[in-house]
Amino acid sequence: MAKKKPTKTEELLRNSDKSLPLLDVQDLTVEFVTRRGIVRAVQHINISVAKGESLAIVGESGSGKSVTSYAVMRILDRAGRITDGTVMFSGIDLRAMPENEIRDLRGREMSMIFQSPRLALNPIRKIGRQIEDVLHQHAQVDSGLVSEKAIEMLEHVRIARPRERYHAYPFELSGGMCQRVVIALALACKPQLLIADEPTTGLDVTTQKAVMDLTVDLTRERGMSMILITHDLGLAAAYCDRIVVMEKGHVVETAQAERIFKAPSHRYTRKLMRATPRPGVTLRDLLPEEEAKSARPIGHTDRHAAKPLLVVEKLVKEYPRNDARGTLTKLFGPRPAVEPENFRAVDGISFTVDRGESVGLVGESGCGKSTTSMMVMRLIDKTAGTIMFDGEDIGEIPARKFATLPLRKRIQMVFQDPTDSLNPRFTAARAIADPILRLGNGERAFVRERCEELARQVGLPVELLDRFPHQLSGGQKARVGIARAIALKPDLIVLDEPTAALDVSVQAVVLNLLQDLKDSLGMSYLFVSHDLNVVRLLCDRVIVMQTGQIVEQGPTDQVLVAPQAAYTRDLLTAIPHPPL
Amino acid sequence: MTDISLSPHGAAAAKAQSNSIFRHARYVVAENPVTGAAFGLFILIALCALIGPYVVPYDPLASDTSATLASPSFKHWFGTDQLGRDIFSRVIVATRLDFTIAISSVMLVFAMGGFAGIAAGFFGGWTDRIVGRISDTIMAFPLFVLAMGIVAALGNTVTNIVLATAIVNFPLYVRVARAEANVRRDAGFVQAARLSGNGDFRILLMHILPNIMPIMMVQISLTMGYAILNAAGLSFIGLGVRPPTPEWGIMVAEGAGNIISGEWWIALFPGAALMIAVFCFNLLGDGLRDLVDPQRRT
Repeated sequence: MAKKKPTKTEELLRNSDKSLPLLDVQDLTVEFVTRRGIVRAVQHINISVAKGESLAIVGESGSGKSVTSYAVMRILDRAGRITDGTVMFSGIDLRAMPENEIRDLRGREMSMIFQSPRLALNPIRKIGRQIEDVLHQHAQVDSGLVSEKAIEMLEHVRIARPRERYHAYPFELSGGMCQRVVIALALACKPQLLIADEPTTGLDVTTQKAVMDLTVDLTRERGMSMILITHDLGLAAAYCDRIVVMEKGHVVETAQAERIFKAPSHRYTRKLMRATPRPGVTLRDLLPEEEAKSARPIGHTDRHAAKPLLVVEKLVKEYPRNDARGTLTKLFGPRPAVEPENFRAVDGISFTVDRGESVGLVGESGCGKSTTSMMVMRLIDKTAGTIMFDGEDIGEIPARKFATLPLRKRIQMVFQDPTDSLNPRFTAARAIADPILRLGNGERAFVRERCEELARQVGLPVELLDRFPHQLSGGQKARVGIARAIALKPDLIVLDEPTAALDVSVQAVVLNLLQDLKDSLGMSYLFVSHDLNVVRLLCDRVIVMQTGQIVEQGPTDQVLVAPQAAYTRDLLTAIPHPPL
Repeated sequence: MTDISLSPHGAAAAKAQSNSIFRHARYVVAENPVTGAAFGLFILIALCALIGPYVVPYDPLASDTSATLASPSFKHWFGTDQLGRDIFSRVIVATRLDFTIAISSVMLVFAMGGFAGIAAGFFGGWTDRIVGRISDTIMAFPLFVLAMGIVAALGNTVTNIVLATAIVNFPLYVRVARAEANVRRDAGFVQAARLSGNGDFRILLMHILPNIMPIMMVQISLTMGYAILNAAGLSFIGLGVRPPTPEWGIMVAEGAGNIISGEWWIALFPGAALMIAVFCFNLLGDGLRDLVDPQRRT
């Protein structure tokens, strides 16, 4: 056997007391040296994980949940260091362990799944080889058997046809498949502890369910312990035994999963729970109690049965298939007898949006919902079909020309990523003023006043107007984006997952703001989202899309309570159901 | 359009802003002392170029037959050349000419190459192809030989040195600007600008250009050094500035023959000036990027 002689740590691990918790973090403090002095990311926290237990660490961005896991793995970056406390793994002090020994421990005794599966995999190495690398590293198997073992691992994470997929490169696999490969990598050496850092962020709900089910099954099967780091309280409660809630570097509550939903003891936990969109609540219920009381009741804009604002008919968008073979035939081969087959991103969809109505466009990634919204926005050109806006066929106007037309004022958009959609070199005021300066008439002299008025409307403190985007928080940036979209008092706003990049408590506030603005300004919304729980709160009507086609549309209550299409049912069941 | 003040208390805000820039500069320098040294050198070079001709001890063109080929002494710090001209004075006075050539050629190439590159990256298609082929053609020549050819063909003037240096640097600017504009082409803020009614041209100038300025600053600083070298090199081989004008390249050329006979100072001091100037601009590039990049400013 080519197995290595057991190392010192292995012996230590074998001789450790079995009654100890697998991981015991006591009084941990992590500090970061930044240009504005020392920041304490984690302050005196205590966490312990028993053998075979699954623990969730829940918190919003900046709560220190990821830093905690990095400190446990000792992979903090250069600026960060553990200043206080102990980290015991099976009775071994990880803090005192030299780097070369802990390197041996990582991957073999405890391993980690990262947020973005594509970034965690080497893009130019076959996935099978990458699994072999880990096995070699820790000398787990004979070199003759290593490829068999890798294939076996792929089989374990339920990748179909593992023998063929062994030779696949990461870019050939979907996001969910990549995450399975990452799980296979993490589990290859049979570690005792698995840390999953937001493993399903960026994955579709159905994929999320599959990945989480798989992870939980595998860890249970092997008697492993798991730490799940997530911002989603629902996901944590559905998949873990115990939940630790963190806020600003402190642990505010630790409880059994079912207990935390029934009787949350800490104020912050209650606030988080309230803010999580779930069935059977209204938008106002998401706000903290004191604010919810003072908020206006949601108005009911009576939609006139008159002409709808937006009528989309048989809309099609095709993209040419750009594969190597196609390009070669185009260059050298004989002209094909039939037109080469194009990829239809949007395949003949029809829908309407009434005045003052908000319509949800729901589907998983790749279903064509973003392409549809871009066509309605007139940012890209359609292939076929009509887009009638207030009686005018705007689909016929080329996207390039549309930017400077007066009609542009009436259709605006709120983008998915508030950071990406603000010019880093413009102050908030300049960003909000941009549409007014370009398309507003006669308002140029009062630009500053108008900006301040808009800022008040979206709840952005006026003194923040002179800041640059990187000086604003995520929620504040979202408000700037919304202020910019409503600056010209448009009739239709396309909301492209406006809250996907925000924390739940910020999301709750932004959703309520959007609802209020709709009531007071009488706009229509086309709300593009993958999150059915959010759509349920904000939309009057829902359109469900799959592979470029509409599979179901109708009033929100009807579609989400009694779905007709099988796909809608799949989507609904994939949402994590916390034990209520 | 940007003259419409978006800030209510213009003066106060401007003061706060300049204050924060000052603080930021101090932070950058403290974090990387080499940048501080480069900034110091830059100020020294700029001073030489501005007031050098008025403060030097001797007339750079006046020859003194009683003191030819004098070695460095208290009277002539850097010694004198074959005609008895004071080398210290000539090195200082030459700064202005070399500096002017470098700055004007860099500004020219920034305007041409930067704009062509942004347009190529933003529009793609035919614009991209044409700009790309032009820069490929330039890249196909050994760059210094190309510069020699341009100056030889157009005539031996300072203007033509500037032009030749600019053309030689054109592909570098095109490539950087093209790549940076290309990744921002579909950025959210560009889409948002389109929704705000900005035409393509305005998006290019108002939204994309300011965002690629940091990286262009680095490029400017790096090519400044190269432009100085290029100008001096052209003069060295006899193309470009003509004697007796004080210019680092000519001075090195003039002194090269004297090194074997032991008069090392004639070539060494202008050569050292050249080296320090190029070195300074290369270091400055990194410092400038830290200073102008808003992501790093908090």
